[in-house]
This record gives sequence, C-alpha cells and structure tokens, in this order.
Amino acid sequence: MARRRSWTGWAFIGPFLAVFAFVFLAPIAYALYLSLFRTRLIGGTSFAGLENYERALTDPQFWSAAGRVALFLVVQVPIMLFLALLVALAIDSGRLYGKAFFRVTVFMPYAVPAVVATLMWGFMYGSQFGLVGNLNESLGLSLPDPLSPGLMLASIGNIVTWEFVGYNMLIFYSALQVVPRSLYEAAEIDGASQLRVIRSIKLPAIRGALLIATIFSIIGSFQLFNEPAILQSLAPNVITTFYTPNLYAYSLSFSGQQYNYSATVAIVMGVLTVIVAYAVQLRATRKER
Amino acid sequence: MRRRRSLLLTVLTGIMLIYSLVPLVWLIINATKTQPGLLDSFGLWFAGDFALWDNIRDTLTYNNGVFVRWLLNTLLYVIVGAGGATILATLGGYALAKFDFPGKRGVFAIVIGAVAVPGTALAVPTFLMFSKLGLTNTPWAVIIPSLISPFGLYLMWTFAAEAIPGELMEAARVDGANEFRTFLRICVPLLAPGIVTVALFAMVATWNNYFLPLIMLKDPDWYPLTLGLNEWNDQATTAGGDVIFNLVITGSLLTILPLLLAFLLLQRYWQSGLATGGVKD
Repeated sequence: MARRRSWTGWAFIGPFLAVFAFVFLAPIAYALYLSLFRTRLIGGTSFAGLENYERALTDPQFWSAAGRVALFLVVQVPIMLFLALLVALAIDSGRLYGKAFFRVTVFMPYAVPAVVATLMWGFMYGSQFGLVGNLNESLGLSLPDPLSPGLMLASIGNIVTWEFVGYNMLIFYSALQVVPRSLYEAAEIDGASQLRVIRSIKLPAIRGALLIATIFSIIGSFQLFNEPAILQSLAPNVITTFYTPNLYAYSLSFSGQQYNYSATVAIVMGVLTVIVAYAVQLRATRKER
Repeated sequence: MRRRRSLLLTVLTGIMLIYSLVPLVWLIINATKTQPGLLDSFGLWFAGDFALWDNIRDTLTYNNGVFVRWLLNTLLYVIVGAGGATILATLGGYALAKFDFPGKRGVFAIVIGAVAVPGTALAVPTFLMFSKLGLTNTPWAVIIPSLISPFGLYLMWTFAAEAIPGELMEAARVDGANEFRTFLRICVPLLAPGIVTVALFAMVATWNNYFLPLIMLKDPDWYPLTLGLNEWNDQATTAGGDVIFNLVITGSLLTILPLLLAFLLLQRYWQSGLATGGVKD
C-alpha cells in the first residue's frame, strides 16, 4: 500500500506540537534572549552581549559544580548500568526461581518519588535514628558518616542507583525479549558457552537499548537536583548552593534574583549535555563499523 | 526448550532484590513507630508499640488535613497532566507511524533535538515565562509542562508502527469511515497496551514531580504530596518547628502505595507494551 502524502497527519500531531512549542521551544528561546541581557538595581535592563557567557566560562563555582556531576557520571552511571545489565541477563536466562517476582521487585523503586527515596535513604544514613547510627551503637562499630563531605557524592550515587537500576533493567530486559530464541538454540547446538552467547548474541542484539539507557543516564546525571536539594536540610554545610549546576541555576534565580545569569548557566549546561551525549553516540556508532 | 534452574544464580540475583527491598521494608516498619519510638529502636525492627493506625490518622488530620488536600492536588495534576500527556503522545505517535505528511522530517528533527536539552535546564526559563503570563502559583503551571512526554511519543510511535496493519486502515477507509472514526474504533483498541504503558510512565513522572512544582508554586494549598512531605521534613530543622518524622514516614508510605499498586495490577499490560513497542534498534 502506498501511503498517501496528505495533511491528515497534522490533525493528529498538531496538538502535541502546539503544546511542545509552548513548553519546550518558547522557554529555550526565552532563555537565549535573557542570557544576552543584564539587570542592575540602578540602570535597569540593558544589552550585555556575551558578557554572561564569559562570566559562566570563568566562574569557579559553575565549574566545580560541572566537575562534580562529571565525576558522578563516570562513576555512578557505569555501576548502575552494569548492575542493571546483570539482572536483566539473569532474568532473561530463564534460570532463576521466581523470575516474575524478581522483575517486578527490582523495578519497584522506580515508582517511588525521588523525594520519598531521598527522605528514606536520608533517614537511614542519619546518625539520629538511622541504620548507620544503629549499627555503630549495637555492634560497637564506627562506620563513617555517609553525609560527611567525603562520602556525600557516593551516598547520592547510591540513592540514584537504587531509584533507576530497575528501570534500566527493564529497558534491557525488554530488548532481550525480542531476540529470536532460535539463535540461542543454534548456538547451543554449536556448543557455545553461556558467556559466549551473551557476548556474541545478546549484547550486540541490545546495543540500541544500551545506547539509549546510557544517553538517558548522562542527561539525568547532568540534571542532578532533587537528591542533593533534599539532603541539603540534613547536611547544609556539605551541600553548597552550587553543589550541582542545576542547584546553582536554581539558587541564582530564587535566592539571588540573578535571572539573566541563571538562564546562561542553564544554557551552558544544556550545551555541555548535548555535546557529551552526542560524543557518546558517535563513539558507539563508530565502534559498530 | 526448558532450562535448568540455578540456585546459585537465584541467590546472587537475590542480593539485588534485597537492595531494592530494604528501604521499602524500612519504611513499612518505621511507619508503625511513634516519634519517640523512632529514636530509641533499631531501624529494621519494630518498636514496642504498634502505632501505624494512629500515624495514618494523624497524617490525614495534621494541620487541618492538609495532607488530604495535597493528595487531591496530586490527583488533579496526574489526571489532567498525565492523562493529557497520554492523549497527545498517542495521537502524535500514531501520526508519525501511520501518516506521511509535509514537514514530517522537520518535526522529527525538532522533537529529537529538543529532548536532548535537559528538562530541568528549561525549568528556570519556563518559570520566568510563566510568571510573565501570570500562570505561576496556579495549577496550570504544573499541568501544562506535564502535558509533553517525549519518551511517550517515542514509545507510541514504535508501538503503533508494529501494532496497526496498514491494510486494516485502508479497509476502513474504503468502507467510508472518516479518519477520526478509524482511529477511535479500530486503532485505539490495538494500541491499548501501548497506551497503558505510556499512561503509567506519565503518571509516575507527574506523581513524582518535585522540581517543577517547587519553582512554580508558593502557596502550600496547591502543593502536591512530594512538596508537602519535604516541607514537613524541613520543619525539624526550623527553629520552633514541630518535629513529625513519624508523619513524614507514614505520609511517604501513603504516597508510594497507589503507584506501586498500579504497577502491580497493570503488570500484564505495561510489560507487553514495553516488549512489543519498546526500546530496540
């Protein structure tokens, strides 16, 4: 059947595009506009050219925030995706007792709001009535405080891993489901080991899912906000107003009223995210060939 | 071919299972404790007195029942926001999968390009724009941005491409049904698992949203549950604030139960929705 080229499709996609333009495109345009101006108490708003961008690129607070999420990205994302992949492969192997129970339970934390997840883990980390305090008391241990400056980023990484490992597992598992079973049978007849099957059949088959999960995780890491913002009340001295780029943009806007500079920080961070996500995608597709 | 089950693999994967469950078990156990009980009992076991029912009653009635108000707000945001997002994504995904229309490639490029821009990076400009339009501190400020789910659009597009045979639509057209009737009568039933999946994920995104309402809303009367719970938690650190960790914990439990139930009850739908339409190359 030759599909007729007509305007009918617009009737269906039109509503999505109209709202999309209002909540995606218009704010991007508005942020670009804002970033080109400066507002002073005396003198009001005036054109600033690229002044805000110059300031962002040489702002040590911005770069320390960007460095922190970059570190988070290179440590937390591989750990989380690796664990998700292991669980997906284990469930897909058909060798588990109670496979459906595993699938649903590991996925469940995804349905828990970041606020609740952070409050729970924050309570458990805490010295007041947290598990760490409990263990120290009852076993006479002196475990380090998870909310101390040295461990805070790892503690946040643990919360994020807990929230999203199941979601990524499900993405991998769904992709594994569509691999034709006959491939495995053929490999088994050829005497291929399980590890060989994983390496030569399963992993290449879900390459697309791996790439999508990686890119979503990169975007997620660069946007890190909820977990540090909520932990801030537990450890105000550790989590500064510029702990992550998003927290920095938020503080600039809502405590500092520096809207123009805040918009600039958001744009620079958006551009950095796109560059990194694009570089990863490029590398992944080049490896294929 | 049936495979031999492996106890070793089950136990090893069980470690991840325990990791996923411990915080939830902790939440359930501690929702049964009074505020003093929280402080002087072991975290992963019950305190002497079982106070779950009292905690639930206190959570629902504290401060003139503000928790119930937050729950109703959340339901409003989910029904209108996530419901609208599902409808827009279904219509849009269907159009991308089944129609050829002028400007289709441009639509693709714009949607995919914009998705790469971090959503929270948009939040501050969106706030400034909405405040110019007088939308901040109203439910619309939370609902309108929730209407767009690029992931939902992508999922519906791949799902519709596979689930609807082109001949079926052609047959309906030959019979003289108009496009919209064809969509409602023939395509929507075929898209059902995809629609449930998109609806569930949009629901989670809206129910769990924190950043957007945080910047958009000042008036606690419009707070969703997530903002309200965090406000209760912060009371402990404000001077003279009422320390109500037991209510924060019980409120958290009440907040996550509806979503966990929805996922468990609708398992069959969303798992097939992800598997057929889902993420593959």
